[in-house]
Amino acid sequence: MAETVLMRNFSNPDSHTLDAYRAAGGYTAWDRALEMEPAAITEEVKKANLRGLGGAGFPTGAKWSFIPKNHTGPVYLVVNADEGEPGTFKDRYLLERDPHALIEGMLIAARAIRSDKGFIYIRGEYVQPWRRFSAAVKEAYDAGLLGRGFDVVVHRGAGAYICGEETGLLSSLEGKKGWPKIKPPFPAIKGAFGQPTIVNNVETLCCVPPIVTRGAEWFAGLGTKTQGGTRMYSVSGRVKKPAVYEAPVSITLRQLIELAGGVTGTGRLKAVVPGGGSAAILTANEIDVTMDVDGLKAAGSMIGSAGVMVMDESVSIPEALMVLARFYAHESCGQCTPCRESTGWIYKMVHRIVDGHGRKDDLDTILDVAKRGAGTTICAFYDGAVGPYISYIEKFRSEFEALIPHA
Amino acid sequence: MPKLTVNGKPIEVPAGTNLIDAARVAGFEVPHYCYHPGLSIAGQCRLCMVDIEKTPRPTIGCNTVATDGMVVNTETDRVRETRKSIMEFHLINHPLDCPVCDQAGECWLQIYYMKYGLYDPRMTDEKVHKPKAVPLGPHVILDAERCILCSRCVRFCDEITHTGELGIFQRGDHSEIGLFPGRELDNKYSANVVDICPVGALTDRDFRFQVRVWYLDTTKSICPGCARGCNIEVHVNRRRPHHAEGRRVARLKPRLNADVNRWWICDAGRYGFGFVDAADRLQMPVRQQGGTSADTTWDEAIAAMAAPLRRLPADEIGIIASPKMSNEDLFALRRIVDRLGIRHVAAQVPPRAPGDQDDFLIRADKNPNSLGAELMGLGGDARTVIEAAGARRLKFLWIFGHDLLAGALPERDVLEALRVVDTVVFTGSNANWTSAHSHWVLPAAAWVEREGTYTNFEGRVQRFRQAAEPLGQSLAEWQIVGRVLAALGEPSAATRAEHWFRELATTVPAFAGLTYQLIGDAGRPLAEAAARR
Repeated sequence: MAETVLMRNFSNPDSHTLDAYRAAGGYTAWDRALEMEPAAITEEVKKANLRGLGGAGFPTGAKWSFIPKNHTGPVYLVVNADEGEPGTFKDRYLLERDPHALIEGMLIAARAIRSDKGFIYIRGEYVQPWRRFSAAVKEAYDAGLLGRGFDVVVHRGAGAYICGEETGLLSSLEGKKGWPKIKPPFPAIKGAFGQPTIVNNVETLCCVPPIVTRGAEWFAGLGTKTQGGTRMYSVSGRVKKPAVYEAPVSITLRQLIELAGGVTGTGRLKAVVPGGGSAAILTANEIDVTMDVDGLKAAGSMIGSAGVMVMDESVSIPEALMVLARFYAHESCGQCTPCRESTGWIYKMVHRIVDGHGRKDDLDTILDVAKRGAGTTICAFYDGAVGPYISYIEKFRSEFEALIPHA
Repeated sequence: MPKLTVNGKPIEVPAGTNLIDAARVAGFEVPHYCYHPGLSIAGQCRLCMVDIEKTPRPTIGCNTVATDGMVVNTETDRVRETRKSIMEFHLINHPLDCPVCDQAGECWLQIYYMKYGLYDPRMTDEKVHKPKAVPLGPHVILDAERCILCSRCVRFCDEITHTGELGIFQRGDHSEIGLFPGRELDNKYSANVVDICPVGALTDRDFRFQVRVWYLDTTKSICPGCARGCNIEVHVNRRRPHHAEGRRVARLKPRLNADVNRWWICDAGRYGFGFVDAADRLQMPVRQQGGTSADTTWDEAIAAMAAPLRRLPADEIGIIASPKMSNEDLFALRRIVDRLGIRHVAAQVPPRAPGDQDDFLIRADKNPNSLGAELMGLGGDARTVIEAAGARRLKFLWIFGHDLLAGALPERDVLEALRVVDTVVFTGSNANWTSAHSHWVLPAAAWVEREGTYTNFEGRVQRFRQAAEPLGQSLAEWQIVGRVLAALGEPSAATRAEHWFRELATTVPAFAGLTYQLIGDAGRPLAEAAARR
């Protein structure tokens, strides 16, 4: 198996403690970063081809460089630990098993963007990750790693999916309803509390210390031409060994399924969701695709949060879509009209089809409604919902039609 | 100033103008719900899509600032299709209860559906149900099913009144407008949310179910409720007189004036029109003596007034004008004062308690024309006139509108004055204690039944126009005063308020150069006020 970078410390049962982290060479990247100019850190991260691992895959170094140079007020670093994408559970492991890696990543990122205050927004359901991370923050304060030019505020969410959208998260962090903000302005210009803010995913920041210690070239070399490093794939569903697997981003979906022990259930693969609930579904014939940002984009889906959900032939695609459609109807924040209204409408239609009361026009109506609403909203939530609506129906239309009387 | 083209038309707009307003400058409508120029940008309704050259897909116009060289198109096929889709989304859960909805006829769902929708409805599932007919406060009632969640009302309460009563609760298609726990929508400007609500979600508890809006006629006017002089529209129901129990004035609405009240008016002003169609309106000249009261004619009443005015020395005549009278009324009255040399003249009856005032629109002075009265030399305190009357130095007292007992004048002095003066004349629109204790009662037309101008506390002269016919035989004060002047041997050629205004503008220096045309719809600062700036 290839080298583990992010999960390197997981085998140690005490990996969450400062002592264990230090013993494994922790915080040496921070020592090195302290000798680097902030701009040099950003440059290193750019060269490493690190791309956001929360969902959007945006180049991390480029994001950091958007902070206005002449800004005199505070700059904030916000960690998105509101891991809510269906099928995704990697950040949870990092928070529980290597919290100091994240703190070290935050320290280095904060230096790069000249921030003296960081926030971490942890999803409400993540109790143990919150405990572990809070304990690590206390250790870091006691050891003088935090509190000397950089402070960390731990904030818990209350269980809304939309608060994982970066500007929804900022609204919630500010004490408001977790509604995404209209862009422009982007958070790097006007983010948390009206100040320039960088929002990074947990896993993304955990990649930063190894980049600083071992160099951008090494990190870039682990991945593909356009994306460096390894990443953590949350593999679930009908595989023999569902778990989080770390692999270079150049791994193919077929290899990843094999890594997880292969397909269980009927043993015959029907479909795979490669990047969390919002990614378009792939059929069994479409799994020879590399699991990086651009590989899946080319395949008409997205890597998203790398939540891989495997479905064998016994899985009903219409029922799977109904579950997801209910999720989107329930989690739509209700701010923008197309998303607010059509997620509920589409759920009603899919539900009706699964119940055996589908009508002849329903499938075309769902496709039309989804396509018309796509790209018209403030945030990416609705586009994330449209991915499954369209792909499930277009790729498995006959399965839906079989449920519709007189179709 | 950025130069851009909208639908091929080159325009130049001030920096910071968004594409909805820029398109309007070019003469094109960009349909929208959540955008309101007086509120922050929400970007929620997603209707104001426009096409900007070199962008991959339509963009919302409200949150896009016009920049130099921008090429904007508001009518491409994909913009039309997107609009149509957004209209469908807005309407799938809407109850479509137009026949029983007060907003019908001025509803932006109706208007935009007919202009930009016109799709065949596809929604056949059960709609989302939400609370209906929920009173939010004394003036506003909510139908959450009709609401399109544009958040204008929420932003109004957050950003304009800073009272924050309203929020959007729940999520997704269950989202609904509501009050925060323990709150009531009872701020002093609450009913503005009804005006800015583009649909029938928020309706006016006073107006609803009274009359269909398409029966209303609209007239530009000025609110007489305080010294601010907020610009308003008067909506009069002439065409269905049997509706609303015969009340003619159906409602007042704010009228945009960037220099006075922007888009807003206070609730006190909005609901202050009840006196116009009230049962206590004075409709006939009346003579009252020794406990009896008899209708009379204008000729008889005017003649009866003119006789003592001609006969008495000026020192024995008192006039209490009113800062609720228009500039034209006061100027005509000033003619009588000057002609006869009357010294006991005042306009202000001090209130018992100071009126409320805030740092937004509401002024403590509840009169629309105190500054006008002052500039006309009629602004004094009525106390001096009442004292002279009580001391039996006056034989004739003419009171305009005031109820002398309602203010801070000492009750004993007022009672004594009305008891001892030989001839007390009352001119006003509604009966009150003072009118009941006068010898002659001359009915005046209410402000909506005539035209004229007020001078607000900032020295801005503003026109109000006639929205309804004078009730009964009532006349505008300038007409009444004009008749008395004629009887005193100084006939006026004025047949309209404007004629008096022309004379006023050539006589009172502060008004120099002003005409009705110059004042227009937006009003004009006085020459003095302009010079002071």
